[in-house]
Amino acid sequence: MEYEPVIGLEVHAQLRTQTKIFCGCSTAFGSPPNTHTCPVCLGMPGVLPVLNRKVVEYAVKMALATHCTINHVSEWARKNYFYPDLPKGYQISQYDRPIAERGYLDLEIDGAGKRVGITRIHMEEDAGKLIHDESAPVSYVDLNRAGVPLIEIVSEPDMRNPEEGAAYLRRLHEILVYLEICDGNMEEGNFRCDANVSLRPRGEQTFGTRTELKNMNSFRNVQRALEYEIRRQQYVLESGGTVVQETRLWDDARGATSPMRGKEEAHDYRYFPDPDLLPVIVPGEWIDEIRKTLPELPLEKRERFIREYDLPAYDAGVLTASRAIADYFEAVATRCSKPKAASNWVMGDILGHIKEDKLEMEDCPVSADDLGELVRLIDDGTISGKMAKDVFEDMWLSGKKPETIIGEKGLAQITDTGALETVVDEVLAANPAQVEQFRGGKEKVFGFFVGQVMKKTKGQANPGLVNEILKRKLSDL
Amino acid sequence: MEPYYLTVHELEGLLRAGETTSLSITEAMFRRIDDVEERIHSYITLMKETALEAASASDQRRREGAARGPLDGIPVAVKDLICTMGAPTTCGSRFLERFVPPYDATTVEKLRDAGAVILGKTNMDEFAMGSSTETSYFGVTRNPWDLERVPGGSSGGSASAVAAGECIASLGSDTGGSIRQPAAFCGVVGLKPTYGRVSRYGLVAFASSLDQIGPLARDVEDCAILLTVIAGHDKRDSTSLSAPVPDYRDFVGRSIAGWTVGIPREYFIEGIDPAVAAAVNRAVAAMKDLGAECREISLPHTRYGIAAYYVIAPAEASSNLARYDGIRYGFRSPGERELLDLYRNTRAGGFGPEVKRRIMIGTYSLSSGYYEAYYKKASQVRTLMKQDFDEAFAACDVILAPATPTPPFRLGEKTDDPLQMYLSDVFAAPANLAGIPGLSLPCGFTVNGLPLGVQLLAGHFEEGKLIQAAAALEKALSAEQRRPAL
Amino acid sequence: MKITEDQVAHVAHLARLNIDEKEREVFTKQLDDILLYIDMLNSVDTTDVAPMTHAMEGTETFREDVVRSSLPVDAALANAPDDDGASFKVPKVIE
Repeated sequence: MEYEPVIGLEVHAQLRTQTKIFCGCSTAFGSPPNTHTCPVCLGMPGVLPVLNRKVVEYAVKMALATHCTINHVSEWARKNYFYPDLPKGYQISQYDRPIAERGYLDLEIDGAGKRVGITRIHMEEDAGKLIHDESAPVSYVDLNRAGVPLIEIVSEPDMRNPEEGAAYLRRLHEILVYLEICDGNMEEGNFRCDANVSLRPRGEQTFGTRTELKNMNSFRNVQRALEYEIRRQQYVLESGGTVVQETRLWDDARGATSPMRGKEEAHDYRYFPDPDLLPVIVPGEWIDEIRKTLPELPLEKRERFIREYDLPAYDAGVLTASRAIADYFEAVATRCSKPKAASNWVMGDILGHIKEDKLEMEDCPVSADDLGELVRLIDDGTISGKMAKDVFEDMWLSGKKPETIIGEKGLAQITDTGALETVVDEVLAANPAQVEQFRGGKEKVFGFFVGQVMKKTKGQANPGLVNEILKRKLSDL
Repeated sequence: MEPYYLTVHELEGLLRAGETTSLSITEAMFRRIDDVEERIHSYITLMKETALEAASASDQRRREGAARGPLDGIPVAVKDLICTMGAPTTCGSRFLERFVPPYDATTVEKLRDAGAVILGKTNMDEFAMGSSTETSYFGVTRNPWDLERVPGGSSGGSASAVAAGECIASLGSDTGGSIRQPAAFCGVVGLKPTYGRVSRYGLVAFASSLDQIGPLARDVEDCAILLTVIAGHDKRDSTSLSAPVPDYRDFVGRSIAGWTVGIPREYFIEGIDPAVAAAVNRAVAAMKDLGAECREISLPHTRYGIAAYYVIAPAEASSNLARYDGIRYGFRSPGERELLDLYRNTRAGGFGPEVKRRIMIGTYSLSSGYYEAYYKKASQVRTLMKQDFDEAFAACDVILAPATPTPPFRLGEKTDDPLQMYLSDVFAAPANLAGIPGLSLPCGFTVNGLPLGVQLLAGHFEEGKLIQAAAALEKALSAEQRRPAL
Repeated sequence: MKITEDQVAHVAHLARLNIDEKEREVFTKQLDDILLYIDMLNSVDTTDVAPMTHAMEGTETFREDVVRSSLPVDAALANAPDDDGASFKVPKVIE
C-alpha cells in the first residue's frame, strides 16, 4: 500500500526582548547559572507576574507577517505540571484564547507554490535548564532561561513530505529573523521545533496515529528525523503493526528516533485562566501602529529585487536570505548603479569571505559604500576587473577605501591612447615573426600581443583599449 | 496608663503632643506580649530587635519634625502570609518554617514607609486555609475572650493580637472571610477591601482571584487610617487598580441619614444562631435611628456561595501551591534519590491535612473531564452572584448582614468535619466571589460574654461608604468598652 | 459516590502528594461529602452565563522592556535546601 505522510510542526521561538516576559531580569544567553533570576522568575511565594509590553508587540508582528487573525482579547492560562526546570509548577501560557489564529505561510518548493496553514500563535514563558552530572546521580537547575518570552507557532497538518517541512521551517525562521523579533539561533535553542508525524493510505481523509518528535536542533536534523520517522512508521504498518502515539526523541549520532526514556504518562495539564494576569487587550489602533513598523518581508523583497534590479531569481534568493545581506546589496547597487555586478560581488566575494572568516554579515569589514565605489571604478575603466580583485583583498584586510589603495599602489589603468599606441608599436616592431604569422591567418597570436603589451605596462593598460588599438594597427599593416 | 489598648488615632495624638514615645509604646507592647502570649499564641515570629530600632527611628523623626503621618511610630502586627524581607514568612506551614524572603510585600513596604513599627508575624491557618487558626503548623491560637474557643481564621492571630492588646492594629488577608470572621469572633473591626484596591504583591497566594489584604483594628477610624496607607495601584501587581485613594478617615463622622441599607433575606435562613440574629437586629434598629432606611433585599444566589467558593478557591490553590516542591526553598524530604519521590514525599511532609485536602479538591475539579462540571460551572455561578450584588447596590448604599452564622465555636469542634468548617464562611465568601468590600463590626456580646459581629458590604471601590456607615453604626451602638479578662 | 479511592489516588499523583492507605480512605470520604455538597451548583441555570475568572475588569498593566537588576546568586540560593553555590540540586532527572 502507498502511504502518505502527514506532518504538522510546532515551533517555539524565543523573542528578542531585553527582559523576561513577566519580570525585569535580563534574557542574555550564556551567563553563569542563576545570575539572571529574581523572586518572580524563581517562583518565590507571593510574587506576581507583570507582562512585558514588547512581547505582545512582537507576537502581533509575527501574526501580521503570517496573515493571522489577531484576537483583540486574549487570555493567559496556567499549564500545570511538575518539573524541576519549571519554578512555579505551572507554565504561564495561552490556551483557549491565544493572541492570534488562522494564518498561513506561502512556500515555494522546486518552483511550485504551497500554502501551509497556521493554526495559532500564542505567547508563553520558557522553562529553565537542567544540567546533568556525569559523575553523580544529580541534576543542576539553572533558571536563567525561566521566564524568557516565547511564541509558539502551530501549523496545520498540511505538509506531506520532509522537504515541505524543512521549507516551512526555513521560511518561518527567515521571517522571524527578518522581523528582528528572534535571533533564530538553533544551537542556543532560540528556535526550536517539534514535529507531529503520521501516515495514512494515500487517498484516505482521516489521519493515522501520530508520533511527536523532539530534540532536533537544526533544519537538517528536522528533515532527517522526519525521513527516519516516516520510514519507521511505514515499516511498522507494512509489517502489520500499529503506530503507538508517543513522544520520540531524535538521536543525531544514531540518526534515529526512539521513545522518551522517562516514563511517559498521560498528561493532564489542568489548564485554567491565570487569575494573576488580566486578559491581554490589543486594540485595533495598536495593531495598525505595529503594522506600520513591519519591514518588507523576504518573499516581497525577493520579487522586488527581480523586478527592480533585473536580477535572476537565484541571485534574488541569495541576496534576501537575510535582512543584513539584502540591505548591504541594495547599498552597493545604489552606489555603483550596476545591480548585476553588485550582486556578483556580494554573492561571491563578500559572502565567500564572510563564510571563510566565520563572520556575521553585520561584521563585514568592507562597507557597502566602499564596495559600490570599487564596482564603479571598474565600470568607468579606472581599474580592471582583475586589479579589482587585488584591491578587494586589500580592502578586506585593511578596511581602506578602494581609491586609497589604488593610489598607494599606483594601480590606475593606462587609458591614455597615445601612450598605449606607442607601446603597441614597440611590441609589433620587436616581434616581426609573430606579426608574419598573424598575417598568415594565425589569429591566435593576437593574445600574445595583448600579453606583451600588458607585460610592458605592468598590467595597468586598459585591456579594452589595448584590444582596440592592436586590432587597428594589425589590420593597417 | 498602659498604651496597649489604645487606638491608632489616640496614640497618634499622644505622640504628636509629645506625651509618649514610639519606643516606650513599643516596649510596653512587648511587655504585654510577654504577659499574655503564652495563653493566646497570636504570633509565630516576634521581631523585637527591628521593632525597637524602627520605634527609635520614628522618635528621631518626630524630634526632627519629620513625622510621616498617623501611623508613624505605631506598633502593628502582620499576618505571616505577607512577606517581610529578612524575617521569616512561614504561612503557618512546616513547608516555609525557615523561609526568609528577599523582598517585602508592597503593603509591608508601605507600612514601613509610613513609619509603622512591625512587632511580628501573626499566626494563621496553614496557607490561610481554615476558619479557626487550628490548621497552623505552629499550634492553635486561642480566643482572648474564651481560651477554649477559636479566634476564627484564617487571620486568627491578627484578630487575637488586636483583641488581647498584643498590637494596636494588624494586617490580615481575606479570601473567603479570613479577616471578617476572626474580627467578629474576637470583637474587633476587620475590613476586606475591594479586589484590586490593595496590592497583593508579597501576599503568599491562596486563591489569587479572591485574596485581598486588609486591616484589623479596634475601631473603624483605625481601619480607615490603615487602609489609606496600604491601598493603591502597584506596578508589581497587574490586578491592582489605579483608582485614586482618598483619605478614608474623612468618611468617619459623616451622617448616613437618608441612606438605604439593604438587609438580604437569604442571610437569615440557614441555621443562624439567635444571638447573631439579635445582634443584626440591634444594628438595624441603630441604622434606623441614624436616619437610614432599612429595606429587605434579595441576593438569590447566596446559598450557592460556599459551593462555588469551594471549587474556585481550591482550584486556584492547587496551582498556586505547586511551587512548593522543595527545590528552591522550603521543606525538603531528606535523602530522596528519585525525583518523583522528592516531589511526593516533600509535599506530603511539608503540608498539613487541610492544605492537602484543598489541593486534592482543586486538582480534581480542574482535571480532565471535570473542568466544565466544576471549575467552569462555579465560575458561571460566580457571575450570577456578582450580578446579584450589582443589582442590590443599584438600589442600596450598603448592605447589612450577619458576619458569621454563630459566635466563636470551641477548639476542636469542627476539625473532624471539613464541610461544617467550610459552612462557617457562608456569609463571608460571597463578597470575595463578587470582589466587593466588606467590613465586620463588633455588635455586643452573647450572654456568655462572647463577641458578636455584624457585616457591612458596599459596591466596588465604595470603601468610603463602607467606612462612613460603619463609623456611624459603631458610634450609635456605643459599644461598651469591655476587654477580655486576661 | 462522587469519587472513588482510585480516583483519589490518581488525583494525589497529579498533585504529587504521597498519601498512605489511611489518608486515601479519609480523603475519599471527605472529598465525597464536599463534592456532593458542591453538586447543588447543578441546580443553577447557567445557560449563556459567561464565567467570571477575575474579580475585576480593566486594562492590564504592562511593564516596559527595561532590565532591572537580578538577585545576587547567593540571595537566589539562600533558601535552597540543596545547592552547589551556583545551581539548585535535584536527584538526577531522566529525560
